[in-house]
Amino acid sequence: MSNRIDQLFAGKRTGVLNIYCTAGYPELNDTLPVMKALQQYGADIIELGMPFSDPLADGPVIQDSSNRAIRNGMSLKVLFEQLKNFREQIHVPVLLMGYLNPVLLYGIENFCKKCAEVGVDGVILPDLPMDEYESEYKQVFEQYGLHLVFLVTPETSEERIRKIDSLSRGFIYAVSSSSTTGKDKDMGNQQVYFERLQSLQLKNPVLIGFGIKDKATFDAATTHSNGGVIGTAFIRALENATNLDTAIQQFVAGVK
Amino acid sequence: MKIAENTFGSKYHVDEKGFYGRFGGAYIPEMLYPNVDELQRNYLAILREPAFQEEFDQLLRDYVGRPSPLYFAKRLSEKYNAKIYLKREDLNHTGAHKVNNTIGQILLAKRLGKTRIIAETGAGQHGVATATVCALMGLECVVYMGSIDIKRQAPNVARMKMLGATVVPATSGSQTLKDACNEAIRDWINNPVDTHYILGTAAGPHPYPDMVTRFQSVISEEIKKQLLEKTGRENPDYVMACIGGGSNAAGAYYHFLDEPDVKLIAVEAGGKGVHSGHSAATTQLGKLGIIHASKTLLMQTEDGQITEPYSISAGLDYPGIGPLHAHLYETGRATFLNATDDEALQAAYELTRLEGIIPALESSHALAKLGQVAFKPDDVVVVCLSGRGDKDMETYIRNLPGNTGGNV
Ligand SMILES: Cc1ncc(COP(=O)(O)O)c(C=O)c1O
Repeated sequence: MSNRIDQLFAGKRTGVLNIYCTAGYPELNDTLPVMKALQQYGADIIELGMPFSDPLADGPVIQDSSNRAIRNGMSLKVLFEQLKNFREQIHVPVLLMGYLNPVLLYGIENFCKKCAEVGVDGVILPDLPMDEYESEYKQVFEQYGLHLVFLVTPETSEERIRKIDSLSRGFIYAVSSSSTTGKDKDMGNQQVYFERLQSLQLKNPVLIGFGIKDKATFDAATTHSNGGVIGTAFIRALENATNLDTAIQQFVAGVK
Repeated sequence: MKIAENTFGSKYHVDEKGFYGRFGGAYIPEMLYPNVDELQRNYLAILREPAFQEEFDQLLRDYVGRPSPLYFAKRLSEKYNAKIYLKREDLNHTGAHKVNNTIGQILLAKRLGKTRIIAETGAGQHGVATATVCALMGLECVVYMGSIDIKRQAPNVARMKMLGATVVPATSGSQTLKDACNEAIRDWINNPVDTHYILGTAAGPHPYPDMVTRFQSVISEEIKKQLLEKTGRENPDYVMACIGGGSNAAGAYYHFLDEPDVKLIAVEAGGKGVHSGHSAATTQLGKLGIIHASKTLLMQTEDGQITEPYSISAGLDYPGIGPLHAHLYETGRATFLNATDDEALQAAYELTRLEGIIPALESSHALAKLGQVAFKPDDVVVVCLSGRGDKDMETYIRNLPGNTGGNV
């Protein structure tokens, strides 16, 4: 069990905190400092966004952070440069999250190889269809020890959840409501869905994402799951920060 | 409409997985899965219902005014030394081919129990056609439109509002068709139960390219009948159409796809010139990629970011191309040309003065290439005149040769 995601869940089954940040945001060279601060103040997993010009599943806040990162000069090439020696300083699991187009152009095999080289543990590609992953790319991902994490939503049928569970490695990303990122949908009436997911006794741990912004929403999401993912709220905190380090410290303290 | 035919197995039709060759598919995030899956599983069965076909045919006839005429353009034919026929989609209710698709999709949406309709629009023709069918059926309608297009197609924005639609400006990216489409898809993600997305071109995730193509295939179905009446043969030598996402072209080609003697010519928007950095000629500038959940040819940077396209015509200002057309391009089944802004404008002024027809800027791109194909005098050429030019009057007047003089 060499993948850091598996190691983490082997020791910690509740309240796992995964924080998303767009690579190259707010400034191009903030990627590493932001990751370091996240680790220092207690994030269990870091999800690095690979910025894309047309992020269909994202709301305005993450769109803006992506556009800014692209304007800053961020690309997959630059990102892998920045991540070259990051494992000397960062030991928490790191996933790359983004859209299929830039990865396809980079080359799937090339991409997986680079991830393995620098020490990335997993990937989230919401627009990669399960069937295509299974028939064309699964082998490459596995060859490089890279976990691919799939999403489920309140609308996903049990049969499909089971299929997703069988293909996912690391954890399953449960979207709390059918929405783009950053929508303020009420988490209260999602409890039934969280309970249903829990009752399925999936082989993978489940992290809940979309709509978590503070301690109350984090606790609500993690009562019936292994943890939660925070994205939009964190980007917002960075957006207005005068000092990144203090902003990150305050943000993480406010959730845990 | 011959919707019932089983086309699987034909080289130029969609396969069971939603692909045309290596193009197509449904690269959607899980949040869209229930909506897209529902469509994939139901669209063919619904399209084949006799009651559906009857309602569709009746509305196309009595409401849209079909069949649209196939007009022999005598003076244009003399000029280009061939027998040129114009398929008059400009005479449809609402002024373009777009309404063929919105009638089909609104009937489908009703059968799926949807109560809210969303759409994207570029030139505003698809937005107007969607707002129109929503008024007809009494359904709520929200249309996303790029901020730049809202300015350059003002008459259509006014029409949509009068028809009761809410027009929402898309302010991200290039603020044109691509961004309007992004916003419509995001809306659909956020409204997974009651909403149907009436996509306006032969692009997007499967089944849209095939579904839109089938609704538009009435164009070539009619061309065949009308040509037989007028010339004694069903098949022309050439079919020419402009390509934004590719719905009017797909409809005009459909019944000729498997007739190798019929040459298919597609005209993309060259903008200020293919290599000027201001163009929307996707097959010339694009590489394999994914846009709006479809694997197709796509204009993108070397880092895989989607490029902002440019065309004087809002309806062709799109950095991708429907997967059918990417396949027709790659297999060589269709020949791809492109027309610049200026060539399209000149073609519009020419048609107006030779035939008394003011075409849409989009359609003018197809007309602009009549002089570039080596026709023989007996060749029968059908040009899909996809829309009328009312919406473009401001652009036409502003660019009139001699400027303020008013004489073309
Ligand atoms: C009149 C007209 N023709 C053509 C197009 C291009 O679309 P498509 O390629 O789907 O036919 C548009 C789009 O707005 C249009 O309004």
